[in-house]
Amino acid sequence: MNAPIFALAPVLPEIIVSLGALGLILLGALRGETAAWLVAELAVAILGVAIIVVLRHPDTTGADFSGSFIDDAFGRYMKVLSLIGALVALLLSLDFTAREKFASFEYPILILLSTIGMMLMASANDLIALYMGLELSSLALYVIAAIKRDDVKSSEAGLKYFVLGALSSGMLLYGASLIYGFSGTVSFNGIAHAIHGQVSIGVIFGLVFMMAGMAFKISAVPFHMWTPDVYEGAPTPVTAFFASAPKMAAVAMMVRILSTAFPGIVTQWQQIVGFLAILSMLLGAFAAIGQTNIKRLMAYSSIGHMGFALVGLAAGTQIGVQGVLIYMTIYLLMTLGTFAAIISMRRNGQMVETIADLAGLSKTNGKMAFFLAMMMFSLAGIPPLAGFFGKFYVIGAAMEAHLYTLSTIAVLASVVSAFYYLRIVKIMYLDDSVGAFDKPYWVVDWALVLSGIFVLAFWVYPSPIIIGAMAAAKSLF
Amino acid sequence: MQSVIADYLPLVIFMALSLVIGGALLVAPFALAFKAPDSEKLSAYECGFKAFDDARMKFDIRFYLVSLLFIIFDLEVAFLFPWAIAFKDVGLFGFWAMIIFLGVLTIGFVYEWNKGALEWD
Amino acid sequence: MNIVTGFFYLFSTVLIASAVMVISARNPVHSVLFLILAFVNAAGLFLLLGAEFLAMILVIVYVGAVAVLFLFVVMMLDVDFAELKQGFLQYLPVGALIGIAVLVELVFVLGTWFQAPGELITRASAVKPGVSNTQALGQVLYTQYVYFFEISGLILLTAMIGAIVLTLRHKVGVKRQDIAQQVARTKETAMEVKKVPSRVGV
Repeated sequence: MNAPIFALAPVLPEIIVSLGALGLILLGALRGETAAWLVAELAVAILGVAIIVVLRHPDTTGADFSGSFIDDAFGRYMKVLSLIGALVALLLSLDFTAREKFASFEYPILILLSTIGMMLMASANDLIALYMGLELSSLALYVIAAIKRDDVKSSEAGLKYFVLGALSSGMLLYGASLIYGFSGTVSFNGIAHAIHGQVSIGVIFGLVFMMAGMAFKISAVPFHMWTPDVYEGAPTPVTAFFASAPKMAAVAMMVRILSTAFPGIVTQWQQIVGFLAILSMLLGAFAAIGQTNIKRLMAYSSIGHMGFALVGLAAGTQIGVQGVLIYMTIYLLMTLGTFAAIISMRRNGQMVETIADLAGLSKTNGKMAFFLAMMMFSLAGIPPLAGFFGKFYVIGAAMEAHLYTLSTIAVLASVVSAFYYLRIVKIMYLDDSVGAFDKPYWVVDWALVLSGIFVLAFWVYPSPIIIGAMAAAKSLF
Repeated sequence: MQSVIADYLPLVIFMALSLVIGGALLVAPFALAFKAPDSEKLSAYECGFKAFDDARMKFDIRFYLVSLLFIIFDLEVAFLFPWAIAFKDVGLFGFWAMIIFLGVLTIGFVYEWNKGALEWD
Repeated sequence: MNIVTGFFYLFSTVLIASAVMVISARNPVHSVLFLILAFVNAAGLFLLLGAEFLAMILVIVYVGAVAVLFLFVVMMLDVDFAELKQGFLQYLPVGALIGIAVLVELVFVLGTWFQAPGELITRASAVKPGVSNTQALGQVLYTQYVYFFEISGLILLTAMIGAIVLTLRHKVGVKRQDIAQQVARTKETAMEVKKVPSRVGV
């Protein structure tokens, strides 16, 4: 590929967000804490503009920066998902940060910087670009996890995430250097060319180490240990952010590197991905049963969902990648909706986080109970809600690739996990009320309602997402 | 590769010499000095009574902040060296690349100045 | 064995020995000092490879700044060493197992390296004669690899904001000198002429 050293058009969204972040830093620095609310609103606007720019981009594939950066349908699809995740998480935190008294103008700026990293990850076309994007996004995430620095749990979450994240970055780098050493190039296309047909054991070990590093970022078992603690410790809107946007970017980078740099050794990485998928789904299904804290439960739920997304990837086909994309889209909206409901769990000005606090919600707030119940049904994968279609596409792709064991385990894990999602519905509708929640901020309310409508009505008009995912998957193969 | 050693010959000689002198000073007391070991000689002396606490005290976190900000600008300067040496080769593009890089960090500098991170109290 | 090989073995022996000391030293301050020794020897290895710029950066940045930061952190944390060592034996089997697994993998990888050197397509780009290492870096870093260069600027910015967000605390009630305000004082704002009546005072 003959890529220019620099062209503006492919990186326009990244440049917009970067310039926006820099401008907001200046604004915050010069105006001080009084500008916190304004900075947050401007950050939302910048993310919105970036989404529009990405969506309006002509349907072409362009490389930039000597081929390190690629702007294709797949990258754009994942960028939109990451941006939506960041935007909604930021909206959910607008009122929360002020109430919980950790509002600082740095918080939206760090979210913007981390989002830039995620966009770079989705577009990375060589190992260095991938690592730099990953570091940019993770570095900001470590700080965001500990942003409520006077809170012991939040500090613990930040520290844990940082130490384990640094370890996983080390593994990823070690694997990347092995791959570079044995293939002689860092560019994905170059690696695919170098290992075509013959594969040395060095490349496989490198791939294993890189997969370990990437599995950490998407919190796939056995690299999931940080997830429950970080999700529980971080402030709830931060958890909503962690569960949405970074997952999109990490899945994007994993899908891209496996399908563009290692298409020659599908059988080798299929085993690793299948292994990660099975463990994640089973742990997500069984470990969540005993949880009492709803944020911890969502952590195990997200581990399980990552396992399902990996089922699609394990197929190693275009249909599999399409399934992953559809799954991630639906997962994103379900997660954001559920977290909007969790953020609304405030009683007498205090956040409450246990599942028992939801008891009898149907009597005190019928609307919230209904939409949260829809989220739970969808997360469990009950037709005709959106979550069912996500599972349908990934398991279908795995069946087509003759991965019958994997598909069977996926279905079984889905059945087991339905138990704890339905338990929440039961608690909301059948148990006695423990008191009403405070009236939520209107944005949070709307986020829950809109994602609820998406989940309910996905089957009526699914074609934009399915067609978009198909075009995105096609650009990789 | 022999040339690397030739280029750094003064450094090699310096290292060898410092090793010899340092080693000699370290070893000589074992052979020559008068010894009367006593555990009390090694204990902390605190005005006659037993030591209350560890001699090491907690450092203030502000030291950490200062040194971290130093590292960041240290790295920024490190990027300037190859740029200065290859200045004629990188052309106007390389020049503006560096100006943008410096601009980003200058915004960071404005931020840290206005936050008061450069002040001690 | 020529003199470069001799230096290679010297540096790598000291490097590995000090790396072992970093994790086994009883006192964390000693660990940091051994880490510095390890950095210096790694710099020596870089020098032997001809990567002079990296060698010097390792000394300036890692020895000069990062190690100092580590020292501060070690001092700041005030770690209880006895408590730290308690877990050591408990986690030793697991840690050793993982270490051995990685070692075996490395041996495998090295084995393929020796078995089939023809399989490797390592293409270290040749540096033109007469171009120093630093200049060669500069020629590509700001043009061909400008993307990575600018992102590293953003990463440094993030690190700066992160450090300030997490650690900066201002004491309340500290009186700061505001030079601009001092300079902006005029005769009118600073002085007041009062007529003092006789025998009454101000």
